[in-house]
Parts: sequence; structure tokens; C-alpha cells
Amino acid sequence: MVRLITHNLLACHAKDCNTNNFPLAFKDAQLEIREAEFNPEFLKGFLPKIEWTALVDTARQLGDTSLPLEQPEMLDDEFLKNLHHVLLEIHVEEGSMTCPNCGHVYPISNGIPNMLLAEHEIG
Amino acid sequence: MSRPELQAPPEIYYGDTEAKKYTQNTRNQQIQADMTYRALELLALPPDQPAYILDIGCGSGLSGEILDEEGYIWAGVDIAPSMLEIALEREVEGDLFLQDIGQGFGFRPGSFDAAISISVIQWLLNAETSHPTSSPPHRLQRFFTTLHSALRNPSRAVLQFYPSSDDQIQLITTIAQKAGFGGGIVVDYPNSKKAKKVFLCLFVGGGGAQQMPQGLEGEEEDDSKARFERRREREKAKAKHGKRKNIKDRDWILKKKELYRKRGKEGVPKDSKYTGRKRKAVF
Repeated sequence: MVRLITHNLLACHAKDCNTNNFPLAFKDAQLEIREAEFNPEFLKGFLPKIEWTALVDTARQLGDTSLPLEQPEMLDDEFLKNLHHVLLEIHVEEGSMTCPNCGHVYPISNGIPNMLLAEHEIG
Repeated sequence: MSRPELQAPPEIYYGDTEAKKYTQNTRNQQIQADMTYRALELLALPPDQPAYILDIGCGSGLSGEILDEEGYIWAGVDIAPSMLEIALEREVEGDLFLQDIGQGFGFRPGSFDAAISISVIQWLLNAETSHPTSSPPHRLQRFFTTLHSALRNPSRAVLQFYPSSDDQIQLITTIAQKAGFGGGIVVDYPNSKKAKKVFLCLFVGGGGAQQMPQGLEGEEEDDSKARFERRREREKAKAKHGKRKNIKDRDWILKKKELYRKRGKEGVPKDSKYTGRKRKAVF
């Protein structure tokens, strides 16, 4: 159940991996769309936290092109609906996430990413 | 019985059977739910504002279910795969991660509006290997520093846990303070043996404006739980020691005789009105 909302917050936490460790790149992702309750208030509150380019790039990589490249200043209903769909309804069920810096692979199985580190990777 | 955290590491202790038992136990469910509501109360999030919450040690989603009900969006981490599997079966709404909280989080700064954790951080107090990163202070320090950065400013984290000594409380609060947190310990029902609950209530930022909440005092209300009944104990004791009914009664004799006949045994006495009847005390 990796949704893009959490993916957009997730950076690599291995030892000495502090720069360029975001966003983790999806590989062999299997998607599932599950409907969620539309909550415009939450989205508006969450918007300042989002790394926009990372979100748009990841969404396009996963085959969703509904979001504009630049974050729009005006929040209309259609934009919020699209954002809601991308953030909360696309679930990555299987695959893996790779850190762009250290190359650590976090496998995803059954919708749960395995974030465990080996002993030498713990900071 | 000794505490679960002394028996095995969490991912092993909460294996398939224990995870199932833990989740299905209605008493557990009740306690977890009560503590989750209390933790939310201590978080004091602004009402009617949807928040993004981190559930540390979410387990099978007993606390997550309540977050769902209350309308929060949440992400949970846990180290026990069996517990997470049950959470998947129960179809909780939050995102789940298999993660060792002692290794730290990788969330971007300011990701979450709040964090809760129910009965978890006592598990960080045991060293599993002799590797330096496995020592409790190191794991706690890693946990608190990464948690501090993952939380928004200002925000709160409420972590309920079961300390086994004052030294443990001391260790945990000092490391949390070193990581930059304000706040401290809130104890509910400090004079009750059973209802006593320890909450670590941590603040991020807020410029000293954040007030420490008060612990609950007095006796715990009793009506929500099954009362202890002496009657049941007495009945149990009676069943153990008291006069037992004879099991070899008339029905049992008839059944046995029927069985012998079926097996073709010879000389089985006929059934009559005298079968299995008690003799008179003629002496």
C-alpha cells in the first residue's frame, strides 16, 4: 500500500546517505487503484509539504499524466481531484524502490515496503 | 510470566500465532483503543482539521483503525511481518512499512503533523547483538532524532510505553531531550496498579507556549469492563475440590453393556430395572 503521498515523503535512511537520496525510484511497480474518500481540506493543508517535481515525475513514470509540470497557483476542483487520485488512490503493490544515491533497494511485497537495513548500513 | 520484551525480539515474539492471539483478544482491543483515544486527546490536534499522523509500531492496526474512524490519514511502521499481514487482512487505510524504528526513519523533514505510538518503545530497551548500533541508547537516539526531524514544527508526539523501572524512564527522557524534544512524562492513574499508564508527551517547537497536559487522577471508571466476581472463583474452587458426581451412573453402565454386546462379548448381563441401582445399606 505504498501511496504516492508517503512516497513523496520517503527518503533513503541508510548510513551516510544524506544528499540526493530523494525520491526513491520505483522499479517493476505493479499498481492497484483503490478509491478513497475525497478530502479537499486535507489536500490543501498537505500541498505545502509536497516536493512537486518529484511527485509529477513519479506519477508520469507510473503512467499518470493528469498533473501539470508546474504547481498551479489557483486550486480548482479538477486539479484537487487529480491530485487526490495521484496521492491517495494509486497504490504500488509489488516492485521495489531504489535510492538514487547509494543504490539501496527497498523491496515492496504485498504492498508493504521492507525498510530494514543491514547492520553496516545503520547510521 | 515475564514481560514479552524480555522473551524475544518483537519480530519473533509476534509471530503468526501470537500476532493473531494479540489482535483477537477483546481485552487487548479494549485497552489499545482506550490508550489510542487518550493519546489523541494528549496530542490535542486542532479539531476539524485533517492531519497526517505517523503510527509508530502500528502492529495489526488496532490503533490505526481508530485513526481511520476519527478521519485522520496515517502511515504506520512495524517490525513484525506477521502483525502487518494481519493489518492487511483487516484492510486498514494507512500505508504500512516494515521498519525497525531503532534504525531511524527516512522521512523528509516536517512530513507529519503528529506521531503516536502505543506500547512500543519499551521494545527498544533490549540489545539484541553486541554491535554498537544495537545498544539501547544508540537505537533510542537514532529513533528520537529522526522522529524529531520527521515532525512538523510545531507538533506533538505521544508515546505510551511500559517502563519496568525509573531508570528506563530517565534514559528515554534524556535521549528525547537531547534529540531536541520538549515535554515529558504524563502518568495516568498513578496510584492504581492496573490502570496506571505512562505517556511520553513530546513537543516539537512551539516556543514554550506548549503546555504539559495533566495526567488523569483518581480511580479508573469500572463500568466499561467486566467486574471481578468472587462468585465465579468460588464456583471454580467448588468444582475442583467439592463432591464430584459419580461418572459411572446408570447411563454409563448401559452404554458400556451395549458396547460389549456389539463387540460380541459373551456373558454380558441383561438390562433390567436393577441395573446400576444403588444397594440398600443393610448392615
